[in-house]
Amino acid sequence: MISTAITDLWYGFGVALEPHNLMYCFLGVLVGNLVGVLPGMGPVATISILLPLTFGMQPVPAILMLSGVYYGAQYGGAICSILLNLPCHPPHAVTCLDGFPLTKQGKGGTALGITIIAAFIGASFGITEMIFLAPFLVSVALKFGPAEVCTLMLVGLLAGSTLAKGSPLKGIAMTVFGLLIGIVGSDIETGQPRFTFGITELFDGVEIIALALGMFGIAEFMNSINQTEAVDMRYAKVGISDMFPSKADLKLAFWPMIRGTFIGSLCALIPGTGPTIASFVSYATEKKISKTPERFGRGAIEGVACPEASTHSSVQGDFIPTMSLGIPGDTVMALLLGALIIHGIVPGPQLISQHADIFWGLIASFWIGNILLVILNVPMIGLWVKLLSIPYRYLYPSAMFFVCIGVYAANNDMFQVGETMVIGVVGYVLLRLDFHPAPILLGFVLGPRFEENFRRSLLISRGDLLTFVERPISAFFLAICVLLIGAQIYVWLRKPKILVEEKAIEAQVPASSYSELAG
Amino acid sequence: MTGRFKLKRDYYAGGLILLLGVGAAVTGSGYKFGSLAKMGPGFLPVVLGVVLAFLGILIAGTALGSSEPDDKKFLPENPQWFGWFCILCGPVLFIIFGTFGGMIPAIFSCVFVCALGDKTATYKSSAILAAGITVFGVVLFHYLLGIPFPLLRGFNL
Repeated sequence: MISTAITDLWYGFGVALEPHNLMYCFLGVLVGNLVGVLPGMGPVATISILLPLTFGMQPVPAILMLSGVYYGAQYGGAICSILLNLPCHPPHAVTCLDGFPLTKQGKGGTALGITIIAAFIGASFGITEMIFLAPFLVSVALKFGPAEVCTLMLVGLLAGSTLAKGSPLKGIAMTVFGLLIGIVGSDIETGQPRFTFGITELFDGVEIIALALGMFGIAEFMNSINQTEAVDMRYAKVGISDMFPSKADLKLAFWPMIRGTFIGSLCALIPGTGPTIASFVSYATEKKISKTPERFGRGAIEGVACPEASTHSSVQGDFIPTMSLGIPGDTVMALLLGALIIHGIVPGPQLISQHADIFWGLIASFWIGNILLVILNVPMIGLWVKLLSIPYRYLYPSAMFFVCIGVYAANNDMFQVGETMVIGVVGYVLLRLDFHPAPILLGFVLGPRFEENFRRSLLISRGDLLTFVERPISAFFLAICVLLIGAQIYVWLRKPKILVEEKAIEAQVPASSYSELAG
Repeated sequence: MTGRFKLKRDYYAGGLILLLGVGAAVTGSGYKFGSLAKMGPGFLPVVLGVVLAFLGILIAGTALGSSEPDDKKFLPENPQWFGWFCILCGPVLFIIFGTFGGMIPAIFSCVFVCALGDKTATYKSSAILAAGITVFGVVLFHYLLGIPFPLLRGFNL
């Protein structure tokens, strides 16, 4: 098994190192790093804007570039947290707690250096996990019929909506709302237009780019306009020479990095628990097992190393269920899955065998991209720090232009621009009512496939709902669903201690005027 | 429940979801429902609509039972009506000027109006920003990426 993995990986490097692909991978991580640094911009909006521009490209460079934006943004996000105490990227919010005190002590450079090392270790482990686990998952998933696919999606949808932040009930409501938005358009089997209200442009369904940019672009700008405070740049002075951590710091940070990596890679495997949860859990764990917990929050280097390592390992691991099963774990993955579908690639277990160039090329590009990011971040840190001072009043109008032209370029259709605006207003109303828009995108992307498989499995069983329980794998997934709901009810009734502790850590994170959408 | 009945945000939230659910179910019932073995196009919309309506009731219901105070209002503390208006005007102007004028006026008007939404912005600073973005946008989208969007309708630039 190891030898085949190595041959496949070798092939992947061949794909990823083609000059054309390498260029787009570089472009992706560069853009990702850039938007990661900018407060108020996130990978979701960026990937949606870039998506229409990839329509004319081959699928391989397109996917390499879009993925590069995602993990590239994670390298940039930490800079904002450590130097400015601005948790504008949710996975890095917890890094503020110890990163900013370190900056105040003049050790911001060391913290950034440790972050880069932790990031690389975490990412490397995440990628290795993907190399070995994804083909294994595929071998299991190839036995799935429509009933199993259906219940597996149900697990993904439920986990995505209940394990994310905020009220689980509202999360589930948003998922169902997303499924309903996914229904808009012509029915696949009969061609009957549904929820189109006579608008011809809606017959093809709601455009994924319009949905993502409305919810994560326009709604986000409406939320942050005139609410952002001036950025405090007093401490943000870092030179290259400050970035090499001392031996003592490295020694202190080594084990937290390893533990963070493990926690992150575990979180990646549970659908719905992305990098944000991984970073909070690992910080809480590290604080708990530390011999000197009182140092946390006052500039402990472990408090930077551990969450960063787990964020990065979870980010890479996030790709596993998406690429091997076709079930996205969070918003970014839902978008990438949408990108695959637009490029004519059917997501699911057959992806690895039918599109080996995409899968193994992607994995190889992760290595290349991460090395590029390490190289990019050390000498260019001065430039990134300068970028931090770009005020929001210049950022959001420019971003609005990108939103408009990005949506227009998808179909060369002005209707989509208006659609995005309407979705943006709806998104803002939902946001004010404490609804999180992430599950909407999950439901939207999975909706059509869920309906297709649901109909097919009941057609096969001649309308017998018991088919979902009688097939063992499907019954197993259903049991997980019941467990998920049961756990939520338990938490709601009992409010266990772990959650209280996590809430306490969350409360320490400085409030951000940027909403959580950016992640 | 002790104390006065107070309107919490969650009642609005639950009500909105209930409304969406009922709306979806009613609209969906206009399509052919079919049976479990042979579902029509209306099956899933109706089922999902009913589930959504049920969730709406649950959301409002749990808010009723919870003792946690919810002081947040639906509108933020300092509503930015002018800012919101400017942001939403951006895409509207982009559509109007894009359809009748072309790419250059569309980009300029969109960025200019959006930039005005910020409290500290002046006409001059917004115009400079808009001009800069227009040049950048034209170079990137027209010359490099070549999206089919005439720079100025009626002129062959």
